[in-house]
Amino acid sequence: MFRISAFVKDAKADDRIKAQGIISRMKLANSIAKNIFLFFAMISIFTTVGIILSLFVNSIGFFQKVTLWEFLTGTEWTPLFADPRFGVLPLITGTLIITVGALLISVPIGLCSAIYLSEYARPGVRKVLKPLLEILAGIPSIVYGFFALTSITPLLQKILPQTEIFNAASGSIAVGIMTIPLVSSLSEDALRAVPDSLRHGAYALGATKLETSLGVVVPAAVSGITASFVLAISRAIGETMIVAIASGAKPSFTLNPLQSVQTMTAFIVQASQGDNPHGTVGFYALFAVGMVLFLMTLGLNILSHHIVQKYRKEY
Amino acid sequence: MERDFLRYRKLKNSLFHVFIFIITCIAVLVLVWLFYDILKRGIPWLTKQFFTGYPSRFPRKAGVLPGLVGSVYIIILTIIFSVPTGLGCAIYLEEYAKNSPLTKFIKINISNLAGTPSIVYGLLGFAVFVTILKFGRSIFSAALTMSLVVLPIVIVASQEAIRSVPQFLRHGSYALGATKWQTIRKIVLPAAFPGILTGVILSVSRALGETAPLVMVGAFASTWALPKSVMDSFTALPILIYDWTGRPQADFKDVAAAGIIVLMGLLLTTNAVAIILRNKFQKNIE
Repeated sequence: MFRISAFVKDAKADDRIKAQGIISRMKLANSIAKNIFLFFAMISIFTTVGIILSLFVNSIGFFQKVTLWEFLTGTEWTPLFADPRFGVLPLITGTLIITVGALLISVPIGLCSAIYLSEYARPGVRKVLKPLLEILAGIPSIVYGFFALTSITPLLQKILPQTEIFNAASGSIAVGIMTIPLVSSLSEDALRAVPDSLRHGAYALGATKLETSLGVVVPAAVSGITASFVLAISRAIGETMIVAIASGAKPSFTLNPLQSVQTMTAFIVQASQGDNPHGTVGFYALFAVGMVLFLMTLGLNILSHHIVQKYRKEY
Repeated sequence: MERDFLRYRKLKNSLFHVFIFIITCIAVLVLVWLFYDILKRGIPWLTKQFFTGYPSRFPRKAGVLPGLVGSVYIIILTIIFSVPTGLGCAIYLEEYAKNSPLTKFIKINISNLAGTPSIVYGLLGFAVFVTILKFGRSIFSAALTMSLVVLPIVIVASQEAIRSVPQFLRHGSYALGATKWQTIRKIVLPAAFPGILTGVILSVSRALGETAPLVMVGAFASTWALPKSVMDSFTALPILIYDWTGRPQADFKDVAAAGIIVLMGLLLTTNAVAIILRNKFQKNIE
């Protein structure tokens, strides 16, 4: 009897040791897993650091030859000429025309469809229209570039014969179409987040749907809507293939949308395809322009984040 | 008088209703116009020669094969690189991370990366993968660059999928004495799988059509051989479309349209397959 119970005791101790071994192995696996995941999370930070470093380091070569003042205020961008000029303003105005033109398309259309889908559309209609709009966002930008060059430009030339083959207008229309779903879906999310009690309050006061939508719901959702506009600006500034295909490669200090222009992104694509041997100013110019582009989009992204955070209302 | 005013307000409302409906339809009509133009131009060029041929100076002889092969290589490698990384990051943020400044910084950083233009990633890929690490103008460099482009998409989609797994499943697992890692592996990930798959589809769609980073890492428009290893030079579907669109001969525009049809067909197929898979797994879990 005594011996048996001792045996049981031993077996229990054995089990306990075994169990402790298993538990400590489980805990070890858990902490290893945690650290591996932390490393993966850090990769996103390494990426940002990599972007900033590679742009910054290569820009140094550029700013040894060209002063920052000349770069930021010069109105001629002729990196391939015998006497090259590196004033970034023509690229900035080119980018500006495209962005403003794109917003003229995407903001009104995107906002109207957001109001329609969120406030007016019956669920059945919404179920059909929303995915159709989202297809617009899924089409690769190279396809929009092709569409701009072969469909939009000929149409513009029919209406305004002085339109050049490569022009800012057609590129910006295509960029605008591409960003409609961005504006509409983010704005719609913001509108739908407005609680129904606000709408019911307006209806109870005798307001029509129009008065409720524009007078109550849209103002309540204004931070989300503004953030969607800012993101649309950022997307338009960074859009590359559409403008590289449809808007030409002629950096001109102009605001005429029917002329050929060159955006910052289009310059980077063009210069990377041409022969710019490593170490020349033309090569480093790529990164200097990339730096301006990155800082602009970074600023806009932070701004949109800030708008959402600061003006978010909790209902 | 008052009744007139009420009627006027109601009329204004219905006019607005019609107006925004038409505006929404305009966006959809543009979509129809785009598809119509591309199909009309491209369909006559979709011959057997087009699918099995190589790029050529003559529109009639131009083929898309190396582009297709290159794109498939890039997509597969991009999935291999970006899905484990993005998923791991999402698991860390949703399951392990405390509300520390580092966590907050990582989150803001990811939303910034999502808004960074793809051409900037191209510059990074060119400076780091092609030049410093000496991977050259290869499929490997292209896939690494593309992985960074789609990483934020994978992270955000996986985060949402993990967040949507109900808390009581986790609690049940902890109550049985499981560690966090066991809970994640056996409970959270299987339940979040359909959502994660959505993220993978989204990133594949993005990576298939993305052109600018490939131009930056030096994809070639004209190759006469299929790549044999991932360190070979390459071309890709969007690169061929870009090249054909830029050529002066009108026929090449039609060839480009045919290339676009192939690209969109590929996009549609991956989306369809993934949606079918997702529906299947969703049912299994329920």
